[in-house]
Amino acid sequence: MNQQPASITLPVPVRRRTALTALHAIPWAVALGVYALFPGYEPLATQMFVMILFALSLDLLVGYAGIVTLGHAGLFGTGAYTAGILAAHGFNDPIATALCGMGAAALVGLLFGSCMLRTKGLALLMLSMASAFLLYELANKATGWTGGDDGLQGISFGPVLGLFEFDFRGRTAFFYTLGVLFLAFLFVRTLINSPFGWSLRGIRENDRRMGAIGCPIYQRRLTAYVIAAALAGLAGALQAQATQFVALHVLSFELSGDVLVMLILGGSGHLYGAFLGVPLFMFAQDLLAKQDPTNWQLGQGIILIGMVLFAPGGMMGIGRRLMAAVRRRARP
Amino acid sequence: MTEIVTAVPCLETQDLCRFFGPVRVTGDVNFTLHPGERRALIGPNGAGKTTFLNLLSGRLAPSSGKILLDGLDITQTSEVRRIKMGIGRTFQITSLFPKLTARQNVYLAVAECEGIAGAFFRPAFSHAPQMERADELLHRVGLSDVAEIAAEELPYGRQRLLEIAVALALRPKILLLDEPAAGIPTAESHVILDILETLPKEIAVCLIDHDMDLVFRFAQTITVLVQGTVFVEGTPAEIAADERVRKVYLGEGGHDGHAAA
Repeated sequence: MNQQPASITLPVPVRRRTALTALHAIPWAVALGVYALFPGYEPLATQMFVMILFALSLDLLVGYAGIVTLGHAGLFGTGAYTAGILAAHGFNDPIATALCGMGAAALVGLLFGSCMLRTKGLALLMLSMASAFLLYELANKATGWTGGDDGLQGISFGPVLGLFEFDFRGRTAFFYTLGVLFLAFLFVRTLINSPFGWSLRGIRENDRRMGAIGCPIYQRRLTAYVIAAALAGLAGALQAQATQFVALHVLSFELSGDVLVMLILGGSGHLYGAFLGVPLFMFAQDLLAKQDPTNWQLGQGIILIGMVLFAPGGMMGIGRRLMAAVRRRARP
Repeated sequence: MTEIVTAVPCLETQDLCRFFGPVRVTGDVNFTLHPGERRALIGPNGAGKTTFLNLLSGRLAPSSGKILLDGLDITQTSEVRRIKMGIGRTFQITSLFPKLTARQNVYLAVAECEGIAGAFFRPAFSHAPQMERADELLHRVGLSDVAEIAAEELPYGRQRLLEIAVALALRPKILLLDEPAAGIPTAESHVILDILETLPKEIAVCLIDHDMDLVFRFAQTITVLVQGTVFVEGTPAEIAADERVRKVYLGEGGHDGHAAA
């Protein structure tokens, strides 16, 4: 107030709606382009779609609700095992088992979330890890249901919508996972643009203030957690269906860590961070493993450290800064 | 000593106490606030003013005693419930959503107040009545021109005004202001006072501040807290004339000296 006269008229940011709309189409165009131009890469692309969905569900927590968790694989694994176990017992409709996987993960999320969301910060991080370890050991011991260390083998799923059999080349899995990812993406986008999504941002920014404007913080964060759990479970179920196999890895701490790294690389809280981070992580992993099959994780660590130090917003952060620079250049 | 004793109080405390360990920060406070009243709470640093406000707003639970809102016992009522019942507040240390714009800050409060904040499937900022309310509140505190600026980029004084707009968005019957002019140069605190004077008459306002010009111009009644207890209560003229208050708080120079000790 002291230096700034009230009469300054501030430039209202001009919305470049058309340009932005075109940008939104990029990930989907790339996905279809891969299908058209690189036959044989369908299984890899499918794997990426699953991980993008998984990272997207984590973004809802980390990027919007401000809940940092190291146990997200617990929910992914719950979805994968639910779909896998149902298929092993002869109930193998893909969409129905995917919905069951979502439901089971949502229930597990409700159970663990209602305990751990009473805490914050480091305690929350520890509890989230513990919850995933618990599930991991449960699956490890319940060999009759899960196959334990050997994984759940010999499962097969019926045709999608009763029409499209999962084929050897992975084309059905490709379009099925892409379609589900697209619907889930639309859902998440609607959610984060809703008043609910904005109240999550408010909690992330300043939970004390949010409480003082009458927001039921615990309830709101739990709702977000259960939704993210359902989406993670959906991703897990898709993974089980696309690979016709469930290994203990789906519940592992390593996977919880990887998905968080993917999200950080891509940029959390940007909606599209998952779409950039997952391919970047998987390509880097592939490249590094070729260079040095034993110590490739060293390279991964260096990339992550570099990213956090020099580009804290991840790939999306770099993109935003570039776009801002271009705009500044364009404006006289 | 108070002049308004006829009306029914909207907020009342009975023998309110709060201990931090063995230290009594609030001691047997019997306090009444009437609808539409303009009250100031003053006292030296460490007198327990903010603690008292925290007890009223539900941020802290009292060790003993009662708090009544319109005669209803709300001692055990949660902070969130009390907000819904009409107790709004601002904070001594600015507490906003730093990365969100001024309009978004106010919108979040409007959305909570109007019960749409839990909605999933309709876009935020798309509802005309809520957006109009948010804009009207920004206008009321003179922030219309910076509606699209992030709160953290606003000059400090305007952040204080945004705090008030956020609190007003909750349609309070009682507004508790914890040092609204804190950190603002004394020469400019009149801006805050101007805004406070336009507050709807039916809202009861209880304010803490160290800026004595602001306090004495704003308040109808002043309560002086010393070491957690009510030292004296009265009109600004009575307080200014009170020798004991001069001694413990205002210093020898009286209120012209801007005692900010």
